Amino acid sequence: MHQLTLKQAAEKLKNGVITSQDLTKQYLARIKKLNPKINAYITVLEKEAMEAAEESDERRENNQVLSEIDGIPIAVKDNLAMEGTKTTAASKMLENFIASYDATVISKLKKAGAVIIGKTNMDEFAMGSSTETSYFGPTKNPWDLTRVPGGTSGGSAAAVAADMCIAALGSDTGGSIRQPASFCGIAGLKPTYGMVSRYGLFAMASSLDQIGPMTKTAEDAEILFNIIAGYDEKDATSTKYEERRKKKEIKDIKIGIPKEYFAEGLDSNVKKVIEDSIDILKKQGTEIKEISLPNSKYALSCYYIIMPVEVASNLARYDGIKYGYSSKNAETLIETYFHSRSEGFGTEAKRRIMLGTYTSSAGYIDQYYNKAQKVRALIKKDFDHAFSEIDFIIGPVSPTPAFKLGEKTSDPLTMYLSDIYTIAVNLAGLPAISVPCGLSDHLPISLQIIGPAFSDYQMLNLAKTFEGARNELPRASIS
Amino acid sequence: MSLSINEVEHVAELARIKLADEEKRKFSINLSEIIDYVAELEKAPTENILEINQISGLENIARVDNIAASLSVEKVLQNVPDKEGSFFKVKKVFE
Repeated sequence: MHQLTLKQAAEKLKNGVITSQDLTKQYLARIKKLNPKINAYITVLEKEAMEAAEESDERRENNQVLSEIDGIPIAVKDNLAMEGTKTTAASKMLENFIASYDATVISKLKKAGAVIIGKTNMDEFAMGSSTETSYFGPTKNPWDLTRVPGGTSGGSAAAVAADMCIAALGSDTGGSIRQPASFCGIAGLKPTYGMVSRYGLFAMASSLDQIGPMTKTAEDAEILFNIIAGYDEKDATSTKYEERRKKKEIKDIKIGIPKEYFAEGLDSNVKKVIEDSIDILKKQGTEIKEISLPNSKYALSCYYIIMPVEVASNLARYDGIKYGYSSKNAETLIETYFHSRSEGFGTEAKRRIMLGTYTSSAGYIDQYYNKAQKVRALIKKDFDHAFSEIDFIIGPVSPTPAFKLGEKTSDPLTMYLSDIYTIAVNLAGLPAISVPCGLSDHLPISLQIIGPAFSDYQMLNLAKTFEGARNELPRASIS
Repeated sequence: MSLSINEVEHVAELARIKLADEEKRKFSINLSEIIDYVAELEKAPTENILEINQISGLENIARVDNIAASLSVEKVLQNVPDKEGSFFKVKKVFE
């Protein structure tokens, strides 16, 4: 029963085969059993979930079903404000912080009748690529408990892969939905910047962050995306989306393969699996064309200048005054700031705050930050040019499958390099989806589809077509 | 070393973060490595390229200045480290 997709679970609820309370009970039992091993959840909302499930069943009895996800147990990343619950961003700084309002996506889930079952683990303040910087300890990959689930939405990815929820929400700033989805063998969508409201998402890098679904299939991702997407006046960067492009037939679709994404650094097994997957799409009738994104070599540097500057700004609010950790060792006001921040933040958070402070400081801002903003324009231009000739780009999500816990923690730059294929997408504000496509040494591999801005639905269509065409893939077998 | 320990101290001061000596040393090494890496942007062809500040192209988004319900005082103070009545309590601002 627990290996259901969202679509399948929704069907069973609709046909009265199962109730939301039974479904929720099963997932709660599975969480109780597996969470000590996997550590996917920071907070399990047992009471709230059972209440929501009961209300869902009542609605169903009275023919008042709110949506396709009414009664479905869904997990949300712990950087999403949920009123009355601890929302920690996996940091000591917010260890006991109780949110006083709901993020817009949380309101939307509630209005759709979803059963929010828990808050998932993540890298602290969404900084990392492995969920190893969490104050609450790392999450383990359900495919191999000695390996990372990816990050920063590692908890959400592991929870979906291990059937500790039916679907989850994550957030993506440089690959934080797509890479853990890839490492855990599930689908993960990062929408076009502005498609999903960021109101209530604890900001990491405001010009890069997006919330998105993490699900077993692309079909499930579309269902959840439908619920959470939409203009929100509370988010000043929220966009009003209109369907601008007609849906294309698969045989009319042109796919671009960037040569820069298949050069050195890509594991040869991963390369083979991705190339085989591209062949599958070719057999479906798409035209495959090699393209170039010449400035992609600058994407990592560009990101690691812009993102830390925004991080330094966004994390300035944590000062031990209004909320969050406040040091007991402070005797003066200025000590309150210094000690609270030093004691409350982890190493990676401090590193990025200082990096951002440095590159935006007087004397350095022109050389680093302003320059990076121009390089960002170059990277966007590359994509715009590519999309004038092709419809979608396909490439790898990550240079390797899931690496071992502790393997990349001693050198920050090594960790940063694991985001090499996902980062440019956030810089350009484009949609991208990670879809499982095979295995390498028993570990899941995914391919990444990137689309032009606002092509989210068309891109989901292509992902669904691919899923339908490829062989069925195994699931993580953990019990 | 691109970032000396002195510079790390200066940056940490700006960022309101207190570092132990060993931390200063480690950050000096880490941050220098990252700064050296990102310096490759110098080679990027950005002549005549305008900076991108907002990827969505939106500008001057504001709402109408209507008074509406906001958070209650209880909610505002529910996570405060120190309070007195309905006030945030802080250390003295002026010495």
